[in-house]
Amino acid sequence: MERLVEKGAEAYLYLTEWNGLKAIKKVRKPKKYRHPELDRQLTRTRTNHEADIIHRAKQFGVATPLLYSVNNDRGVIVMEYIDGVKIRDLVDQLDDGERHKLFKRIGYFSGLLHKSGIIHGDLTTSNIIKSGERIVFIDFGLSEVNFEVEKRGVDLNLMNRMLTSTHYVYQEALLAAFKEGYRASMGDEANEALERMDEVSKRGRYIDKN
Amino acid sequence: MISLGVESTADNLGIGIVTSDKQVLANYIKVHVPQEGGIHPREAARHHSENMGKAIKTALEQADITMKDVDIISFAQGPGLGPCLRTGATGARALAAYLKKPLVGVNHCVAHVEVGRMATGAVDPLTLYVSGGNTIVSGYESGRYRIFGETLDIAIGNCLDTFARAAGLEYPGGPDIERRAKLGTKLIQLPYVVKGMDLSYSGLLTAITTELMTGKHDVNDLCFSLQETSYAMLGEITERALAHTKKPELLLTGGVAANKRLAGIVTDIAEDHGATPYIVPIRLAADNGAMIAWTGLVAYQAGHTTPVDESHVNPYWRMDQVEIPWRD
Repeated sequence: MERLVEKGAEAYLYLTEWNGLKAIKKVRKPKKYRHPELDRQLTRTRTNHEADIIHRAKQFGVATPLLYSVNNDRGVIVMEYIDGVKIRDLVDQLDDGERHKLFKRIGYFSGLLHKSGIIHGDLTTSNIIKSGERIVFIDFGLSEVNFEVEKRGVDLNLMNRMLTSTHYVYQEALLAAFKEGYRASMGDEANEALERMDEVSKRGRYIDKN
Repeated sequence: MISLGVESTADNLGIGIVTSDKQVLANYIKVHVPQEGGIHPREAARHHSENMGKAIKTALEQADITMKDVDIISFAQGPGLGPCLRTGATGARALAAYLKKPLVGVNHCVAHVEVGRMATGAVDPLTLYVSGGNTIVSGYESGRYRIFGETLDIAIGNCLDTFARAAGLEYPGGPDIERRAKLGTKLIQLPYVVKGMDLSYSGLLTAITTELMTGKHDVNDLCFSLQETSYAMLGEITERALAHTKKPELLLTGGVAANKRLAGIVTDIAEDHGATPYIVPIRLAADNGAMIAWTGLVAYQAGHTTPVDESHVNPYWRMDQVEIPWRD
């Protein structure tokens, strides 16, 4: 049995079974709008990075799915099925206190990732799942290992953009809670990264600089 | 009701005349072509001020109406190049004051979306807006156009034009690059920089310029590679935003929408996600006065006017700061 459960932009997700375990099969389909050579290259590096960094994140205390099987050339990863709710769909259902607690934790784990040299590359509320009490990070296709402040700032800017475009009602409160958690795990390195986030957001051409 | 729109955010001076039943009566565009290099804001502003009177007269003749038939004066209040914006705003203010007609300040980026909706019939699209100065993926949500993704540095059109200039191609760069790309076959490896739903072109521009300077490549292959790489990045952030918002329609608008390869990419993506693709017609793709006239008109009908003392231009006016009372 194999069932298409999500048709994302990056890949199709199938609910499947792996040696008797409930599993997710992530398949990066060739994009017909992309030059085949470019497409192959992107599929290969992204599948490779994703598998590599999902594993690396665990070593530093950030929950990610277990990997069952990886095929870089075909762009296929079979991994643990995470039973839970995407943060994106959860935000509106919580009260202020719960939201604060949740985003403080998300900030904390994002800080752990950055401190360990992991840049997620697509750090949004669609790519974090609350499973019971666990906060699980998924979708590491655009991730890389990097300790530069610049990369951290861009990563944080993605989260803030998501809050501004999708969770605009609570943007300020959520960002404040996120920062609180981020500072707790990043320590001395937090301020520099958060300042860079503000700088990155102002870098575009038509942006109010004040 | 008839609206006259003044567009002067960058190198195009546009005067458009549009009616409330969506008739574009006139859409006169006068383009400032720099002697050398890119747009010099002050030079472009001088061009606009020198041609403003004649442009208005030409548009009125095209529309076959007189100034008395115009009900409102719309103008692009931002974002854009300060001197150019001020020239257009000054002209619009003078017209409104002299004729005692209401003045309506319009956000240029919102106008590209609104004219796309008007011309294609799209109702609630996710919009990819691509031009010389902007690269923005946006969609309407609770009273505003929310920005889901955009460039972190330079715009796609800026990237194409700068390369075209370095390679000695025609200005503007888009059409010549497109023509040459069709003759290219070899894909040169270039930086592909997508960050979530944002992208960055500055590294790509540096890399393609460096490849050009080596003199090792056929210019057609360079055009082909630049187009394939930069448009694939646009495709990817658009697809991400479409999957994220699940909008039923996908609209391509702005000057770069005239590119057939990009239009093909957008169409593929829309169809793959069960959305209807819409491409803004070429005559309304580049910066023009009709889009300003139309957006001013819908804003006015929703009760919005801009008093003269609030009509100062804003070169950094983001589209997600604008209230959109005419939707919903």
